[in-house]
Amino acid sequence: MSTHTETFNDAHTGEHEHHDAAGTKIFGFWVYLMSDLIIFGSLFATYAVLMEGTAGGPTAADIFELPFVLVETFLLLFSSFTYGIAVLEMNKNKVAQVKLWLGITFLLGAAFVGMEIYEFQHLIHEGFGPDRSAFLTAFFTLVGTHGLHVTFGLIWILVMLIQLSTKGLTEATRPRIMCLSLFWHFLDVVWICVFSFVYLMGVLV
Amino acid sequence: MSNSNPDTVPGSASHGSVKSYVIGLVLSIVLTVIPFAAVMTGALSITTTVLTIVIAAVLQVLVQLIMFMHLNTKSDEGWNFMSLVFAVTILVLVVGGSLWIMHHLHLNVMIN
Repeated sequence: MSTHTETFNDAHTGEHEHHDAAGTKIFGFWVYLMSDLIIFGSLFATYAVLMEGTAGGPTAADIFELPFVLVETFLLLFSSFTYGIAVLEMNKNKVAQVKLWLGITFLLGAAFVGMEIYEFQHLIHEGFGPDRSAFLTAFFTLVGTHGLHVTFGLIWILVMLIQLSTKGLTEATRPRIMCLSLFWHFLDVVWICVFSFVYLMGVLV
Repeated sequence: MSNSNPDTVPGSASHGSVKSYVIGLVLSIVLTVIPFAAVMTGALSITTTVLTIVIAAVLQVLVQLIMFMHLNTKSDEGWNFMSLVFAVTILVLVVGGSLWIMHHLHLNVMIN
């Protein structure tokens, strides 16, 4: 970050400071994501350790329905793609297009959260809630934490849609769209790991 | 800001083109369907299937990081990449260490 500091000290043109402030903001957000990665890593480790602790309850293979989870995976994957298109439209300064693609991303993300809530509610209804066994506690904590992140991402998309309507694409809103972009893709990365190591491996072992 | 030559915009996370996103999407779909099919059909042995899942997951994470998040070793003078390397190091210690210790605890106290 040395040249950033130099730029702050040496250059006094508004444009430079704006660019640097935005770059620093996005880098700061990236560092936050890395700390979030450690949280998810800890939850994955907890899940891996407690996975065998079914306490006479259902195992992963008993309760996971892979085709259902595959649909969830595709929803999140496509939402990651549509967010990317929104960023490309932002680079072209087309605010209406940005809002359209953010809206599509929101719908895909909302469908994902809806499916996850249905899955959780279904499991709890069957008596396989987080209180049933160590395995289910770890499962609900890991997948629930991810779902909570996606929910907050949805709220953030709504906030950005409002800000784009009131403020438009400005020096203030652009970095926010970029940070949310990183956040959204990051959640897709975490979900790839959930899909692979929790669902696919769970059914297999 | 032109998208035709993303390398001319240093330090900005706004790289990418429709083409790179479509390639990323297609690769992600393929890398999702392969391990899914391997598990659903049970065509491969357990060891091969586990390997398929792990390799597909790692590749897909890389696709997301490079195609969607535009991570490279140069943006922000490499600080983005360095912080990722640091986080992954901690991650390996936490996850690997937990599994290693708990596995031996399991063996030594004969739970179950």
